[in-house]
Amino acid sequence: MKLVTAIVQPHRLDNVRLALTEIGIAGMTVTEVRGYGRQKGHTEIYRGAEYTISFLPKLKIEVALPDDRVDDAISAITRAARTGKIGDGKIFVMDIVAAHRVRTGETGDNAL
Amino acid sequence: MINAADTAWMLTSTALVLLMTLPALALFYGGLVQAKNILSVLVQCAAVAALCSVLWFGMGYSLAYSGSGDWLGDGAAFLLGGLTRDAVHPGTHIPESVYVMFQMTFAVITPALIIGAYVERIRFAAVLLISALWLLIVYAPVAHWVWGGGWLAKKGIMDFAGGIVVHVTAGVSALVIAWMIQPRYEFPHGIRPPHAPWMVMVGASLLWVGWFGFNAGSAVASNADAGMAMLATHLSAASATLTWMAIEWIKFGKPSLVGAVTGTIAGLATITPAAGVAGPLGAVLLGAAASCVCYTAVWAVKRVMNVDDALDVLGVHGVGGAMGTLLLPFVALVGAGGGTLNHPVSEQFTVQAIGVVVAAIFSAVATFVITKLADMLVGLRVDREHETLGLDFASHGETGYHINR
Repeated sequence: MKLVTAIVQPHRLDNVRLALTEIGIAGMTVTEVRGYGRQKGHTEIYRGAEYTISFLPKLKIEVALPDDRVDDAISAITRAARTGKIGDGKIFVMDIVAAHRVRTGETGDNAL
Repeated sequence: MINAADTAWMLTSTALVLLMTLPALALFYGGLVQAKNILSVLVQCAAVAALCSVLWFGMGYSLAYSGSGDWLGDGAAFLLGGLTRDAVHPGTHIPESVYVMFQMTFAVITPALIIGAYVERIRFAAVLLISALWLLIVYAPVAHWVWGGGWLAKKGIMDFAGGIVVHVTAGVSALVIAWMIQPRYEFPHGIRPPHAPWMVMVGASLLWVGWFGFNAGSAVASNADAGMAMLATHLSAASATLTWMAIEWIKFGKPSLVGAVTGTIAGLATITPAAGVAGPLGAVLLGAAASCVCYTAVWAVKRVMNVDDALDVLGVHGVGGAMGTLLLPFVALVGAGGGTLNHPVSEQFTVQAIGVVVAAIFSAVATFVITKLADMLVGLRVDREHETLGLDFASHGETGYHINR
């Protein structure tokens, strides 16, 4: 089992959700996060004074998957989240040691 | 003789002017600070309103409006001692109680305006001490000079709703306190932007509506002067809003919400002294001038004078109030609907200028002394650690925004 964590532009969320749903992946967790990569931040102007906003709003999408679905999920997310501009985000993949469904007590792939 | 129409309008105006402090100014200022200081600003506004109301009852009203001395009222109305139920305020057709109450709402908002200078770093005890002393030592005398029959009134000065009495005194004093309390630690480059621009807009909009009571109520009658004052007030606010937006649009490529509503307040502060004599065209022109001059003043205070007047009290209120007071003799002559001056134009301008300059110097000196005293008695600033943590929790034990659950 793998945990796929994608950091994406907030306005791409619906696209990503659709793309994952289309390939049969149901279930995800979304968190509002702030951060920066190569994009660095931007500046905002209030009453003529410039403020540097280092941490920009992004969405973190987490999907837990059986090993054989990971590649499909990554290509779906990449396609759906890409605008081609700097700041499009990143995808990280991590091993999951164990998974449990709270309601039934199922474990492993059955819990996903 | 009490007139029912006048009384009804003044009761309404009084409610509108209190609305300007609670919650309008509180929201306007609250949205401009960081999320960790939102409650501190709200409680400062509420506490100053309550404190100054009680002090107005105790001594303030008497010092401003009782007696006919040149420099200060007398003690005859301390604790509103002589106030009978059916007393009529001299020269008006409204009950004395309504006049006391109407003026109380001005005495509340003026010290509250100064809050914008020292937010995010002041000790709460210093807020209370400075506001209390300032009301009695600065506001009450200047109100007496201009509105209570003092030396400026005798010279024929024209300040319809408080360009000098409210905005110049508050603006200049704000600068002095901001300079004495020192900048916030992050000033100027690490300062965080306003945490809730939408709240700034809600506050500014309520101020705009409340200002109808402030200016049209200053006619102290339900009459033609009140009607024209409301029209002039609204047009100045609208014109200043558009002008500030245009400045930002040209300069930065985007018109901002915070900028637009800052323009609104600049236009309102600037028309305040002139609302009694400006016609519609004069008001539109004055509003446009207000945003041009106040925009520059806001920049100059921060970048040239290098003073952390955090929410631009001098740049928006002080400069606007002074400008309206000085341009008043000329604005009265523009287009239809203007009022009459007490003196010929050049002589009126001289009187206006004397009023602005003397009120500014007096406010600066007196505020310096008050702030020194507050520093010695209770200390002006919170610890650096508390400033970083935010005043909401550090000074008041509360948090503005909890995680939703």
